[in-house]
Formats: sequence, C-alpha cells, structure tokens
Amino acid sequence: MGSRASTLLREEEIEEIKKETGFSHSQITRLYSRFTSLDKGENGTLSREDFQRIPELAINPLGDRIINAFFPEGEDQVNFRGFMRTLAHFRPIEDNEKNKNYSGDFIAFRLYDLDRDDKISRDELLQVLRMMVGVNISDEQLGSIADRTIQEADTNGDNSISFNEFIKVLEKVDVEQKMSIRFLH
Amino acid sequence: MTWFTFLVDNLLCRCLGISITVWFTLLFFCTIVPAVLGVSFGMRRLYMATLLKIFEVSTMSNFYNSIQIKFFFSALLIEDIIAKEPSSSLLQEFQELRGSASCLSSEPEFELADIFYFCRRGMETIVDDDVTKRFSAQELQNWNLLTRSNNNFRHISLRLTVLWGLGVLIRYGVLLPLRVTLAVTGISLLLVLTFLVAFLPNRELRSYLSEKVHLMCYRICVRALTAIITYHNRENKPQNGGICVANHTTPIDVIILANDGCYSLVGQVHGGLMGMIQRAMVRSSPHIWFERSEVKDRHLVAKRLGDHVADKTKQPILIFPEGTCINNTSVMMFKKGSFEIGCTVYPVAIKYDPRFGDAFWNSSKFGMVNYLLRMMSSWAIVCSVWYLPPMNREEGEDAVQFANRVKAAIAAQGGLVDLIWDGGLKRAKVKDAFKEEQQKLYSKVLVGEMDQNQSDDKHSQDDNPEDANNRN
Repeated sequence: MGSRASTLLREEEIEEIKKETGFSHSQITRLYSRFTSLDKGENGTLSREDFQRIPELAINPLGDRIINAFFPEGEDQVNFRGFMRTLAHFRPIEDNEKNKNYSGDFIAFRLYDLDRDDKISRDELLQVLRMMVGVNISDEQLGSIADRTIQEADTNGDNSISFNEFIKVLEKVDVEQKMSIRFLH
Repeated sequence: MTWFTFLVDNLLCRCLGISITVWFTLLFFCTIVPAVLGVSFGMRRLYMATLLKIFEVSTMSNFYNSIQIKFFFSALLIEDIIAKEPSSSLLQEFQELRGSASCLSSEPEFELADIFYFCRRGMETIVDDDVTKRFSAQELQNWNLLTRSNNNFRHISLRLTVLWGLGVLIRYGVLLPLRVTLAVTGISLLLVLTFLVAFLPNRELRSYLSEKVHLMCYRICVRALTAIITYHNRENKPQNGGICVANHTTPIDVIILANDGCYSLVGQVHGGLMGMIQRAMVRSSPHIWFERSEVKDRHLVAKRLGDHVADKTKQPILIFPEGTCINNTSVMMFKKGSFEIGCTVYPVAIKYDPRFGDAFWNSSKFGMVNYLLRMMSSWAIVCSVWYLPPMNREEGEDAVQFANRVKAAIAAQGGLVDLIWDGGLKRAKVKDAFKEEQQKLYSKVLVGEMDQNQSDDKHSQDDNPEDANNRN
C-alpha cells in the first residue's frame, strides 16, 4: 500500500536535519518525497542503480562521479541523512553562514579526487577530462591540457593540486552562483 | 420463543428480497436502459457537482468550488522543488562561465571550474528530473478523501476522518458492487451479442449492428467506471481510412474513445479473458491483433496497418504512439511507425481530472485486476476529450518531424508538457548516444571547431542521437 513520506519521517529527525543542513521544514519533506520516489526497493536507502535510473543523469558525462559523491567511502547505500548532507552543499548560503564544510567547491574537488587522498593527481585529472570529452580529443592533447592545468594551479611543486590550491584557482569564478541550486520555499 | 425468531428471520428475508429487487430495478432503469438507448439523465454530472461541494466543505479549500473542469492543473498539483532555468545550450552556459565572447580559439582552454556545469546539472536532475516523475501518479495539493492520494497531508482532523470513513463505506459498499455488476453485464453482453451478430449473412447489416452493439457495450462500461466524459470539437471525429492517435494514460483510454465512435484496435493477442474478448470483437468488426512474434516485424505491422487504412469501408485505427502509459502530465516521444503509413492522422487529446480519482496505470506497481478495482472504487473518472483537426504529412517532412508536430498539437490542446524523451525509459536504460552528444559538445568548447574535423575521422560510429533513438 505504501505508507508515504510524512509518516516515516519523524519530527525530531526533521529538526536535526534542519539544524545540520539549514534546509527549511517544507524543503526537507519535499526532498524526502523525492528520496522515497527514487527508492524503488523501498528499504530506506538509495543504491547506485537508483540514481542511474534518472535518464538526464545517465547522459551526464560525469554522472557516475556525481553519484559517487553521495556515497561515503566504500559503501553502496546512502540513507536520507547522507542524501541531505550532500545536497546541502548546493544550497545557496548567506555570507554570514559561510561554512567550509558545506560548499559547492568541496563537492567539485571530490569529483576530481577519486581516491580521496585530498590531492588531484595528473592521472585523476586525466580521467575526469576523458570522461568529459569522450572520444573526441586525442590522448596527447588531453595530456598537455592536464599538464598545463597542473602547472598553473600547483604552487608547492608537488605536481598535484591540493584543496587550497583548488580554491585559489576558483577565486575568480563566482562559485555561489554557478554551483548553487535555487531551492524553492 | 422460536416462533419469534422465525418471524424475524422471515421478515429479514423479505426485506432483503425487496431491497435487492429495488436495487436491481433502479440499476436497470437508471443505467443499463439509458446505456442501451444512448441517452443520458445527467445523474453522473449531478454526482460530480455534489462531490465537489463535499470536498469544498470538508477541506475548506477554495479551488474545489468550480464545477467546470479546469484543464491547466498547475494550481492543483504540488509546486516544484527547485527553480529551473530555461534550458540554455551547453555552449551558452560555458560562454557565461568563462566570461569570454568566443570559444573558437586554437589553444584548448580548460578550466578546473568547467566541472561546475556538469556537477550542478547533475545535482538538479537528482532533485527533480523531467522523466521519472512522469511514471508515477500526480500528487494533489489538497486531499480528495481517498487514502491512495494521501501523501503529505499530516493534519487530518476528526471531521475529515469521519467524512473519509463515510466515503469508504459508500465507495466500497455501494458504488463498487454496482460498478462490478455493470462491468460484468457489459462484458457478457459484448461477448454474447458479437457472437450472435457474426452469424448474419448480410455484410452491411452485420457492420451496422456490430457498430450498435459495440457502442452499447462501451456505454455500459463507461457507466461501470462512472466516467464523466466531455467531448469537444466532435466535428473533427476520425473518419474511415485514417489513423486516430492519442496520448496514453491508461487502458481505459480505449473505452473512453470507443464510447463515442467505432475504432479498430491494434494490439497483441492475449490469453484468458482478454483473449476471449479480443476474439469476440474481431468476429464482427475488423480489429488488428498481432501474435507476439509478429510484433517485432515492422514491415508486417506496417503492411497490415496500411491494408486496413486503404480499405475505406473499415473504421479508423486507434493507436497510442507513446507505446506505454504516462501519468497525464506530459506527452512523451511518439514512435514513428504509425506516421510512416502516409494516411490522414486524426489527433486526439485526452486529459483526466485527478480530483476524482487518478486514472494513470502504473503497471510496475499494480496488475490489471488490481488497477480496475482501484478505478472502480474511486469517486469517478472525469476527463475531457478534444478531437483535433486532421493532419497530413507535408512535403519534405519525414515521419519523425510529422510525429513531433502531431505531438506538439496534442500537448498544446491538453495542457500537457511536450517532452522528447522516450516513454520506454520507464523500463529501459537511456541510449549512450545522448551522453556522447554531450561529450562532443564539450569537446567543441575545449578545442573549437577546427580540430573537431580531425578527430571526427577517428570515430567508428558517427551516430546522430535522434536516429539512434528512433531506430528501436
């Protein structure tokens, strides 16, 4: 019969998520609705297949990496808390709330840094580039792009890009505007 | 004391007997006779008006106070979660991101921030995408006293609970048995009468009677569902030698359309009760049933459809080009097969009113019998049917463009969203070709147009995603 959203999500949980992520009450219930509609197995968690069932995500060249960002290290299921935590990175935040733990560039860094060692190596950069361009650019060209990018960003000479170096490069881009999703009400 | 119990028993039996007689008489005169004769007492509309009044009183909500069926339901449904920008092309977005006017430099320009575009787009689709929400029932903003539509309504007062309880009693105790009886009557009449009509030697008399029989049985079925249908623009009704195409929400679409005219149906041969009905129908009028093996053979299908259409004495064919049930908020890709035949196409738009019962068949959640029971225990099925002016394929237009043009017309009339996505995505995975197209576009941003020609030669397959999608 399907007991729906509001009956499964308790008020205390909503309050906790509200404090942790800053979403409003109605936003949390709406997002919970969305979570349950994606959860075809109806077991309270999402697997990678649940995400891949979204066609517009499946055609995104970085789709797999984005899905990965939801799953903690080595795990195959994400619950609603984890789902909300990842989405909180994309909530437009006021200046006085600026919190390094919840920002769009953190997720962007995670998309590059596959092995989560807090450094973007040349190989990792190449991998992401290859995902974004498909078969349309040759290996040599891609290699030179990667080399140049690392050269420009790397300040401490370890031939990889750390999170701080990454942030520095992004200073000129308006991260808030480009990375945040306009959640309604 | 035994004589007392005996008396009471006798009385009870008498009462039961009388009430059943009254019941069936009412049934007979109020529903079946009008259905046979094709007249309407207007009782269903009265019922609908009463229901609206009850909803208004119970939920104290303003928008229930209109009897006319408003067909642009954005106010009825829950709002979107995120504000989506009008979709700009990948090229435009990157121009903005880079802040430069030209992307056609010879030096590949990559920025670490490029990833933002894909990341944000991806996240937006995770929160709200255009496709997956079309395969489950719409959500209403206010409650219509059916448990099945009760999604987010947390505050249910005592008054509402009482009303809901009454509603359950009426729907399951009174309406459901009534409707089941009618449905059984309708189907048995169909089987028996088509069987009899098939024996007539005279071809004209046979087709005339078969038309009458079909219409009568469909009218009974419509009353079995308490379907309240408004037909618009009946002067555009499909003619012989044409194909009628409509958006697909539920198998009941067939009953709704066949209530107003005779169509030849196309479909797969089934077993069981469905198979019996199919065999009965084809005895007296020309329907097109395919064996499962024949369905894959597109030439065979096209030939049979073409032959049927060429014979001007045969009824128009009814086809649902989406190929699967969509939840009546949008129209998805039309398969080009029926548009290649080259005859006149009569588009029809069907829009259901979700306030009285959602007609969408979610085939992954409910089987057919379960679905019919749900339909028969809803308040009613209210819909509007618009017959659109006939369309023909124009010079220089291929089947796909023609299909899209028809789809746009149907979407505009019914107030539905016009999507290019394939309804088959309900079950199947999306084709890789779309992803490859995105990758190609981004490569253009990186290296510009010139180097593109060089790397194009290295392609083994140079698929145009549109063709790849339509080749199935």
